[in-house]
Amino acid sequence: MLVATATAALWIRSLFAVTMLFSIYSLLAASLFITLDAVDVAFTEAAVGAGISTVLVLTTLARTGYRQRLRAQSVALPMTVVIVTGAVLIWGTADMPRFGDPLAPVHQHVAPRYIEDSPHEIGMPNMVTSILASYRGFDTLGETAVIFTAGVGVLALLGIRRRAPTRAQSPEDASRPSESESEHG
Amino acid sequence: MDKDEIIGVIAKLLFPFILLFALYVQFHGDFGPGGGFQAGVIFAAGIILYALAVGLEHAMALVPPALLRPLMAIGVLIYGGVGLLGMLRGGHYLNYSVLAHDPLHGQHYGILFVELGVGITVASVMLMIFYAFMARLD
Amino acid sequence: MELLGKFNYWVIFILMMIGFYVVIARGNLVTKIIGLNVFQTSVFLLYISMGKVAGGTAPILHVEGAVYSNPLPHVLILTAIVVGVATTALGLALAVRIKDAYGTVEEDEIYAKDKRA
Repeated sequence: MLVATATAALWIRSLFAVTMLFSIYSLLAASLFITLDAVDVAFTEAAVGAGISTVLVLTTLARTGYRQRLRAQSVALPMTVVIVTGAVLIWGTADMPRFGDPLAPVHQHVAPRYIEDSPHEIGMPNMVTSILASYRGFDTLGETAVIFTAGVGVLALLGIRRRAPTRAQSPEDASRPSESESEHG
Repeated sequence: MDKDEIIGVIAKLLFPFILLFALYVQFHGDFGPGGGFQAGVIFAAGIILYALAVGLEHAMALVPPALLRPLMAIGVLIYGGVGLLGMLRGGHYLNYSVLAHDPLHGQHYGILFVELGVGITVASVMLMIFYAFMARLD
Repeated sequence: MELLGKFNYWVIFILMMIGFYVVIARGNLVTKIIGLNVFQTSVFLLYISMGKVAGGTAPILHVEGAVYSNPLPHVLILTAIVVGVATTALGLALAVRIKDAYGTVEEDEIYAKDKRA
């Protein structure tokens, strides 16, 4: 189903439909995360993928236009690159552990220690939280800093106009002159 | 933006519950699924819903951008500050066990405040980005 | 059964390649960002599916001796999603600025304008 949605998103040219399909794709991914036991991740994906990023893409599209132009050049070259890369990756799965294998290398390193010790070291039932905030505190601090930096970056690129707060007080009066200005200008 | 009566009413109905749910996710993250990142995005999504359905001006009056700008930094500072507090009390940076007499309680407080910092930063950054994009529209 | 044991990786790689194809074959910058997001989500799925333990439950402590899925990938991906949307927003902001500066978000048109200037 995910593949079908993603392929449809690839074929359709109207970017509005692509965005909606991408939103559906995110929601499907979120439900898949639940079946894979990652409830925290599913939460985030549903709120972020299906909610916030769709809204952001739509507001961008309102500025940049909903039509995309397909390029004249042939699809052969990118298709070959993609198929070769995909084939190599699938070939690589020969060495991967089977799905759900409890003896896979991923489960042998630090994870058992977290699962065993988290209850009496941290005393919290939700291991995801205890690892996130305590064992991997530095990671999370860094990631919070990245989010902060991205926010600052967006502000630096787009900025919020000064008169935005004044418009909040009298929405009808302030928004009309700006529209007429843009028509004249 | 076209304002649809039905959407506006339903969004207004849902809006407080979404925010309440975000707070629940924030502070119940130690026991059930949840935490700062999830709560932050749910909170931001709730206000974005309000802005889309009721109007950007109203959302900006509710949560003004001038308020969000310092909040973005305050979240990171809370996180770093909890780490420094651990150092002041004789532990390592971001070691929460020394925050209270009982290491378990210390961990509890530490995680609670760190998650709060994460939640504040995530929610305010997401909203700020949304405002920045919307302000570009008109 | 041995063949189906790796089915999850194959699906993920197909998704990954769809995203990759969009990134390299399409000229529209916003479409490229959406393609990158599809790619990104497939990487998330790869991590989470590696963390799954057969018969396990979500890593929240409830009864003694339950089998839990590996919580570590969950933590990594949880933060990665939020960081991902923040960086996506940055990319979209760049696209908006490029639209302002060039009047288009099509890659070849931007290139042509750059050459003329």
